[in-house]
Amino acid sequence: MSDAGSNAPVLTNDGVPLKVSLQRALRREKLRAFLLIAPLLIFILITFVLPIADMLFRSVENGIVADTIPQTIKSLSDWDPSTGELPGEPTYAALHADLSVAVKSKTHTRLGSRLNYEISGASSLFRKTGRRIKKMDEGNYKEQFLKADKKWGDIAYWRVIRQFGARYTAGYFLNAVDAENTGDGVQFRPEDEQIYLFLFGRTMFLSVSITVSCLLLGYPIAFLLANIKVRTSNLLMILVLLPFWTSLLVRTSAWKVLLQQQGVINDFLVWTGLISDAGRLVMINNQTGTIIAMTHILLPFMILPLFSVMKTISPSYVRAAKSMGANDWTAFWRIYFPQSIPGIGAGAILVFILSIGFYITPELVGGTSGIFISNRIAYHISSSLNWGLAAALGVMLLAMVMVLFYVYDKIVGIDNVKLG
Amino acid sequence: MKIKSVVLAAVGLAFASSVSFADDMTIVSWGGAYSSSQNNAYHKPYMAKNPDVNIINDESSAEAVAKLRAMNEAGNVTWDVVDVVASDAIRLCDEGLAEVIDPTKDLAAAPDGTSAADDFGELLVSECFIPQIVYSTTFGYRTDKVGDTPPTDICAVFDLEKYPGKRSLEKRPINNMEWALLCDGVAKDKVYDVLGTDAGVKQALAKLGTIKDSVVWWSAGAETPQLLADGEVVMGSTYNGRLFALIEEQKQPVAMLWDAQVFDLDGWIIPKGLPADRLARAKDYIMFATDTQRLADQAKYISYGPARASSAPLVGKHEALGIEMAPHMPTDPNNAKNTFLYNYEFWADNRDDIDAKFQAWLGK
Repeated sequence: MSDAGSNAPVLTNDGVPLKVSLQRALRREKLRAFLLIAPLLIFILITFVLPIADMLFRSVENGIVADTIPQTIKSLSDWDPSTGELPGEPTYAALHADLSVAVKSKTHTRLGSRLNYEISGASSLFRKTGRRIKKMDEGNYKEQFLKADKKWGDIAYWRVIRQFGARYTAGYFLNAVDAENTGDGVQFRPEDEQIYLFLFGRTMFLSVSITVSCLLLGYPIAFLLANIKVRTSNLLMILVLLPFWTSLLVRTSAWKVLLQQQGVINDFLVWTGLISDAGRLVMINNQTGTIIAMTHILLPFMILPLFSVMKTISPSYVRAAKSMGANDWTAFWRIYFPQSIPGIGAGAILVFILSIGFYITPELVGGTSGIFISNRIAYHISSSLNWGLAAALGVMLLAMVMVLFYVYDKIVGIDNVKLG
Repeated sequence: MKIKSVVLAAVGLAFASSVSFADDMTIVSWGGAYSSSQNNAYHKPYMAKNPDVNIINDESSAEAVAKLRAMNEAGNVTWDVVDVVASDAIRLCDEGLAEVIDPTKDLAAAPDGTSAADDFGELLVSECFIPQIVYSTTFGYRTDKVGDTPPTDICAVFDLEKYPGKRSLEKRPINNMEWALLCDGVAKDKVYDVLGTDAGVKQALAKLGTIKDSVVWWSAGAETPQLLADGEVVMGSTYNGRLFALIEEQKQPVAMLWDAQVFDLDGWIIPKGLPADRLARAKDYIMFATDTQRLADQAKYISYGPARASSAPLVGKHEALGIEMAPHMPTDPNNAKNTFLYNYEFWADNRDDIDAKFQAWLGK
């Protein structure tokens, strides 16, 4: 192989250059590896990524107005709402033509529900007009529409139709930050309708509180578990995992029994004479209740990563520190604690992200001051059917978590997180 | 060999169940005592009459609107008949998610020949909705905690001096806003005119604000009965059937305050997008389950009033307790001295707006 140093490529037995042959083999390996994970990848793509993307897309999608009343939208484009005058006869004629088609496929009431999110009364306006549309005579549509419902003479409805005629809208996002576009610029809603920013703030505050209390309660337990005999620690571990085998609803309801004013804890305190019968503590249907119940539910998610990281910390470091004269506290704080930080990081992230999206526990024990933004998202998904707004709120929540994740990465470093 | 035969048996079972699927009919309802009353009054006799049909109960009515929309968008509707409250039926109809029903063709006439449209009368609030029961949202109070003067008037809810203690109210504006205005001096026939204005909403919230610190807000119908039984509240609103169970079946020291009860309707819709054979079967079920006798039968198991006028005289005794059911119906003349009917059109228009204000007010 002395001539290997020359420029001639190394060949394999069948005359193909070694480099090409190697690449080919590697590519085959890679393809095989990819094929192995392909089912999982496709599964995640179809059941997870696509539905979420589709849901998030709804936060800006607004095709229904332009699809249902296209001619009206076109005719409204050269109408200026700031003049304070109603649109002219051609617009009403276009509306009549559009609605005649829409009534046949029953899409006019859908449009009414959609516009009702922006202006109260649109729902009945379209339902009522839909019933009249067939009976209308040709010509003089403006008068006939005004007779069908006097709201057609209210410029506010026309302004909303014109404003939401576009295929994509920022309206849901504005709504999600308590703002609206009233026609003369974006501004905040009146104070008695502002709710979402406040709820985002409270979601953050409560999630941080829950994470901190999980850490305070979980750290000593994890420490204990990691530093006793395996036989005992296994037994205790079962106790930590036990709540997982009970339904979330049962655990939440159990807290109701314990914490309510006629509940077990208050009864006990009254019996011992610590509080009077009239001065029973209010511990549920408020933030306290939410924090207590959710801390209990999320505690295992803090303990498990902490435990598995602490298991790997060699006791010889602490012994070495002590042999050099450190007292117990110094040895723990300077030697043991820094080594357990990856576990704290993992546990804190897990608990925080889980609690930020929690919904059923706050609904049951949160009263009015302990509910999260996710409770409003659930309301808009299942009750008001305003999926656009729910999607916008969801996007904001997602964005918020991403930003926090980024900040966390900058401060703690995402590499400094270990699950074991 | 053993494993192989187990696998084969499992495959066979799976196959058999997918074959029998053709005869399964999924009926969606609320669960609990309500579903079992429907099971006794409708499902069992229907299956006895049609042995090839197997009815499957699904307890998803609380999320029915959202799920139906999702099913419709996915193009795979797995439900055949769905039990929803009237306001949800109106929403589903508006969204094009429910079949339009023709009362003369799809519903049975009364035994005396009265047409279904006349028999149901004004309770046919949406063209997609077949009413089944009239229920009411009303208050129950602890008889042992109100002294010698039990409340007879809805405004007792707002009277903290005479009736101290907590009250439970539903965590939504509907009903609460009406009661607040009524007790703030607004005439009953003017309530919705007032509530339709910004000032009216403020007025109602201000009145609710006088008791806000003493209110436990509920979101599931089972909460108020539990709170009353625990003595956690002195009075609370819930559905009358829940209170009936609490008082008559569980013998708790609770009584009904029927004043200003709000009537609401619950009934069936047929989802849009069913294949022709399933649609025909669903319609056949509806025709059977909403006839005069069947609606009267349901009142044997639960204290909700039948939606047909012709069913009222047929209401008998409770199947297990043996007590006359008529005096426990919300529609009984003694109970219905002062009533509201849920204003569907008003709330369809104003629900989103007032709910935003109500929730903002709650949070502050």
